[in-house]
Amino acid sequence: MIDFQYHSPESLAEAFELLDRYGDDARVIAGGTALVLQMKQRLAQPGHVIGLRRIPGLSDIRWESGREAGRETGGEARIGSMTTHQEIESDSILKDRLPLIASTFKQVSTPRIRSMATLGGGLAHGDPNQDPPPALIALGAIAVIRSNAEERVVPVEDLFIDYYETDLRPGEIMTSVIIPALPAGAGGVYLKFLPKTADDYATVSVAAVVTKGEGNTCQDIRIVLGSVGMTPVRATEAEAVLRGQGLDERNIRDCGEAVREAVDPLDDFRGSASYKRDMAEVFTRRAVQQAAAACRMA
Amino acid sequence: MIINPLIHKTGLMNQQIKLTVNGIDHQLEVPATRLLIDCLRYDLGLTGTKEGCSVSVCGACTVLVDGRLSASCITLAVAADGAAITTIEGVAQGGNLHPVQQAFIDHGGYQCGICTPGQVVAAVALLEAIPDPNEDDVREWMKGNLCRCTGYYAIMQSVVNAARLAHQSGSHRLDTGDLR
Repeated sequence: MIDFQYHSPESLAEAFELLDRYGDDARVIAGGTALVLQMKQRLAQPGHVIGLRRIPGLSDIRWESGREAGRETGGEARIGSMTTHQEIESDSILKDRLPLIASTFKQVSTPRIRSMATLGGGLAHGDPNQDPPPALIALGAIAVIRSNAEERVVPVEDLFIDYYETDLRPGEIMTSVIIPALPAGAGGVYLKFLPKTADDYATVSVAAVVTKGEGNTCQDIRIVLGSVGMTPVRATEAEAVLRGQGLDERNIRDCGEAVREAVDPLDDFRGSASYKRDMAEVFTRRAVQQAAAACRMA
Repeated sequence: MIINPLIHKTGLMNQQIKLTVNGIDHQLEVPATRLLIDCLRYDLGLTGTKEGCSVSVCGACTVLVDGRLSASCITLAVAADGAAITTIEGVAQGGNLHPVQQAFIDHGGYQCGICTPGQVVAAVALLEAIPDPNEDDVREWMKGNLCRCTGYYAIMQSVVNAARLAHQSGSHRLDTGDLR
C-alpha cells in the first residue's frame, strides 16, 4: 500500500472541506471492502483517505409514507449511504415492504463482508458484477448526492457510466438512497446464477419487477441484468416485448430472447461470453416468471 | 515486545489511535497504511488472529469490531480508532472456555488449526446475532470461513452443538458492544 493520510471528519461540512482541499488526491472510504483491496493492489493510490464513519445520520433506515391529495400512496424507503448490507438485509420494515431489497442484499458475498460493506460504498465502487444495482434499478431507486454547493438526485439507473466509473464527481458524497415502494399488483425478484461457490460474484444476475394488470397481462416491467457488461444493463427492448402483453409462456420466451441483444458479457473464469448470453436468456425467463408469480394484488 | 518489520518505514505519517482490544485500552501510533491484523499481531502481540488470503475471502483473520464481524486483513487500523475489538484471545472469559471453543474440542472442529481462530470468532458472533440458529443459519453464517483441510462437517457439528450448549447454560454472551 502506498502511504496516505487518513481523515475522520465528524460532519458532512468538514468532509466536503477536505474533499475540496485535496481534490483528485482524496478518496472517500465507507466500509473499506473495495477501496482497501484496491489500495493493497495499488490500483488506487490516494494521498488522502476520508472516512465517513464518524459523520452522524448516514446510516439510518427510514420509511416515509407517501401522501398525495390526502390519500396514502406506497411511500418510500430512505436508506443512509453508510448503512451496511447486513443492516439492510435484517431490517424488519424492509423485509416486509421491500422484500426484494432485503433478499438481494442477503445474497451479497459473506456475512463478514455484509457487516462491513455499505450501500453507498458499493454503489460508488461501480462494479458491474455487484448484486444490489440491478435490484435497485429495477425498483426505480434514486441516489441522493451532496457536495459543498448543492444536493442532486440521480436515478441509480444513470449512476453507472462505465467499468468502475460512476457519475459521482470530485467533491461529492452519496448520502442516501431512496427506494419507492412497489405499486399495488407488482412483484419483484433477483436471481443470481452462482455455478462456482456460494460467495462468488454472479456469473449472470437478473432483477425483474413486474406489475400485473387486468387478467394475466403485464402492465409494466423492468428487467435489469448484472455481470453482463461494463455497467448494469437495463433490457428496455426485452421489457417492451412484454409490456401490455399477456404473461404467457410464449411472450416470456420472446422476452428472454430479446435480452440476448441487450447484453455484452466478457469471457472470464466464470464462463465464456456466449455461455453468459445463454444464461442471461434463461435467467431472464425465470426471473419474469417468478416476479409475475410474486405480484401482490391490490 | 515483538519486533515489527512493518512499522516506521521512512516517510510514513503516523497517527494516534485508541483501540480497546478484549477489554483493554491501547494507545497506539501507527501509519495510516497499517492494517488491523498487523496492528493486532505485531503491535500488540496478539498472534491468535491469522492471516490467510489477505483479500477478505478466507475468514482466518475474522475479528469483531464493535461487535461486527470484520475481516481484519482489509480493515485499516486508523478506521477502527475508538472501536472495541474482540479477538480469539478475548473469547474465553475468566479462564473458562467459551461454549464454542468447548464444542470445537468436543466435536473435532479443527484439523490443522489455522482457520480455527476465525471459525470460532465467527461462530461466537453467530450466537450473539442468532442465539438459536438452525443448520441453514449456521451454513449461511459460516460460509465465509474456509477450511482448507475441508473439515466442514465437524465444524458444522461443533457450531450446532455450541448453540445448544450456550442455550442451555445461557452463559455465551460476550461484552462486545452493540451487535446488530
